[in-house]
Amino acid sequence: MVAVPAASLVFAFFASGLVLLATGHNALSSYRRLFDAAFVANGALGQTLVSATPLAFTGLAAAAAFRMRLFNIGGEGQLLVGAITAAAAGLYFGGSGGPSAFAIAAMVVAGCAGGAAWALIPGILRAFFRTNEIITSLMLNYVAAYLLTYLIFNTQSYWRQTTGFNAAVFPTSKDLPSSALWPGATIHLRGGILLPLGAGFAVLAAAVLWVLYSRTRFGFEAQVLGDSPRAARYAGMRTRRKILAVMAISGAIAGLGGASQDGDFRHTLDADPNGLQRQYYGYSGIVVAALARYNPFAVLLVAFLVGGLQNAGNTLQGADFPSGLVGVIQGIILFSALGGELLVRYRIRISRRPAAAPPAPEAA
Amino acid sequence: MRGITKRFPGVVANDGVDFAAATGEVHALLGENGAGKSTLSNILTGLYRPDEGEILVYCRPVEFSAPRDALDAGICMVHQHFRLVERFTVAENVVLGDHRREGRTFRLRYRTIERRVAELGERYGLAVDPRARVWQLSVGEQQRVEILKALYLDARILILDEPTAVLTPQEAQVLFETLREMAADGRTVIFISHKLHEVKAVADRVTVLRGGHAVATVSAAEATPRSLAVLMVGHGLGEGAPPKARAPGEVVLGLEDVSAAGDRGGAAVRGVSLAVRAGEIVALAGVAGNGQRELAETVAGMRAPTGGVVRVAGKTPRPGDPRAAIRAGVAYVPEDRLGTGLAPSVSIASNLALKSYREAPASSGPLLRLRRIRERAVELIQRYRIAAPGPAAPVRLLSGGNLQKVVLAREFSGQPKVLVAASPTRGLDVGAIESVHSYLHEAAAAGVGVLLISEDLDEILTLADRIAVMYEGEVVGETARADASVEEIGLLMAGGNDPRRD
Repeated sequence: MVAVPAASLVFAFFASGLVLLATGHNALSSYRRLFDAAFVANGALGQTLVSATPLAFTGLAAAAAFRMRLFNIGGEGQLLVGAITAAAAGLYFGGSGGPSAFAIAAMVVAGCAGGAAWALIPGILRAFFRTNEIITSLMLNYVAAYLLTYLIFNTQSYWRQTTGFNAAVFPTSKDLPSSALWPGATIHLRGGILLPLGAGFAVLAAAVLWVLYSRTRFGFEAQVLGDSPRAARYAGMRTRRKILAVMAISGAIAGLGGASQDGDFRHTLDADPNGLQRQYYGYSGIVVAALARYNPFAVLLVAFLVGGLQNAGNTLQGADFPSGLVGVIQGIILFSALGGELLVRYRIRISRRPAAAPPAPEAA
Repeated sequence: MRGITKRFPGVVANDGVDFAAATGEVHALLGENGAGKSTLSNILTGLYRPDEGEILVYCRPVEFSAPRDALDAGICMVHQHFRLVERFTVAENVVLGDHRREGRTFRLRYRTIERRVAELGERYGLAVDPRARVWQLSVGEQQRVEILKALYLDARILILDEPTAVLTPQEAQVLFETLREMAADGRTVIFISHKLHEVKAVADRVTVLRGGHAVATVSAAEATPRSLAVLMVGHGLGEGAPPKARAPGEVVLGLEDVSAAGDRGGAAVRGVSLAVRAGEIVALAGVAGNGQRELAETVAGMRAPTGGVVRVAGKTPRPGDPRAAIRAGVAYVPEDRLGTGLAPSVSIASNLALKSYREAPASSGPLLRLRRIRERAVELIQRYRIAAPGPAAPVRLLSGGNLQKVVLAREFSGQPKVLVAASPTRGLDVGAIESVHSYLHEAAAAGVGVLLISEDLDEILTLADRIAVMYEGEVVGETARADASVEEIGLLMAGGNDPRRD
């Protein structure tokens, strides 16, 4: 179970090393610097968690749906819509003063609901009209991104800051009131590591997903339905309901990631050109889920590692360490992980003449 | 073929097989599933290479490294699953494997090809329109195209893998005549089958394979079905026990004027009325594709009827709702085991719990009781003698017979009132068929009303109390087994008139 991903990772490091060498870097020292910037340096872990938390949410969202072979590519849009609805809840229910459990709960509920509702659009289309959910959920990502831009730039919406100096210069969104900001626990180590509340929610979501998929009737049905829809129907399972439920769960987790962005990190619904819709957490989440083989706990681990890599890339980018290299390394890791997966399923045989048939004797 | 040995990981599929077929004979290759028939023919057609042994064609040793080499040596095979391009015409399909004559030129001369195809068809009684598209043809016609393909390529040795599996008895008779004709022409026909009476009917000599060994070659005229069966199975078969007279109870499955649509629209089932009583086996005979599958699915709730009523034990479960049918007591053994009856990548234990997971003891509330499910699986694996690596293994790793046992174990253990079994023995070997038959008998003896859908008349005649024949969506005849004759049922299956109709 672990051998193949591990071997893929080793291979990826060798391949990336070649790329580093070819671009005139010392591979070993580059790796050391990456590792240092991701997990060791002062403040590195906290920053890694900032990158990893949204990836954990979108990774879990993708894993939840992909396990049933529902290819919800729309984690991106569901996260954005979750951020929009959660910000509305935070603005509406939040007040001045310390963190209010009520405001935070309202944001969590609103984020989940927003993401779930957005995911239900492709879900309903799939369940009742058999449209391909890959296409519809993907397209809705663009709709969600433009919706976010529209709300801040093109209309006097509830989210838009209309007073103050900033608003006159550049369109921006309202800051969340202080009671709607999510608290974090600080570990006093290496300059302080802030554990965001969202990271806790992500761990909780992973645990819930694990129980749901391996210990409940719901998970049993999802497993059968993902493997063979005909067998599921044969067994009297309600396939439409299941598709809707799984899409809603997947969307809710992504939407919770959006709420966490508002409450934990950004403290506003941002829409500036380098803001939330330029992070592509939804798409990276799919990569995370694939690397984790849709296991919820593995998603957390992979999100942490990939988050570290991204964080290191941001920290190190400069003349001597182009940030693009981190993207290249990420690509190589994904490539070798999927390649390794292929090697598990098929066997490469080298023979004089290609044997025409797979080794499948008619054994009774 | 001399001393052919072929090993696969964990299995020796052919172990020193000697096999010789003479010019101008129909030579049958008889054996159970897994006896090594397919492997042997795949070696002969160049698909596999033997690990040991040599092949001689017309006394010359040959070595095939690709199917094309075998073709060049004049060896052609008609596979059980046809290798035809559905969108192409008959003539186009025929010329597809040809790289010597008309097929060699860049622009195909369809006139010439079509003329030759028509000529060949006439000579061997294989009438097919060369310009028809393959998807428009019936299965029997498609088989003719496969044979024409071989003849067109000048095949001197023709191998047919279970060619009658898809044919009606009448169509099979026509095929046998064609094969005899070809043999009389100096060609060699190798006929692979596990049906004894067919082998008797068509072959000159019979080579019996068992467990990868060629156990005997005998003259078909001298052999009896019984002696062949003994060679094939390796021990005497249990006497085909004449089914005991059962006292049927009240009607547990009642169909009243049921109609249903097919997958591609159009009426697949037209106004079928049928009653199955508790403790009896009613067989629904018919060539595949005459609405039996759709009817079975309607009873199982997987297909909503367009008209009529299905009653199960006096109640009418919500139509088109599989769960309602299951609750009403309908067990269903679908034709498509892996994919409908079983979820392939899901564990054996889960597949065994596929219909019981909703209720105690398999679950309590929303939670599954995994240990109960596993214990139940271990118990069923033992009771039904399922050869399985363990309850956690994905079900797709099992062989055909064991897959069917998993389905049967699950369906019987649900204590059904009605059992619909669609082609429950298709593709199984003799041993597995016997156990499936005995399970069906047991079910009937336990008071279950069994509706058996089958194309195999032998099976129907050994199992059924009553026989209904389905043709083009209608029940065209119904008789008690005692009054039934093979000829008559075959005729009805093929759409012939009921000879007893007044």
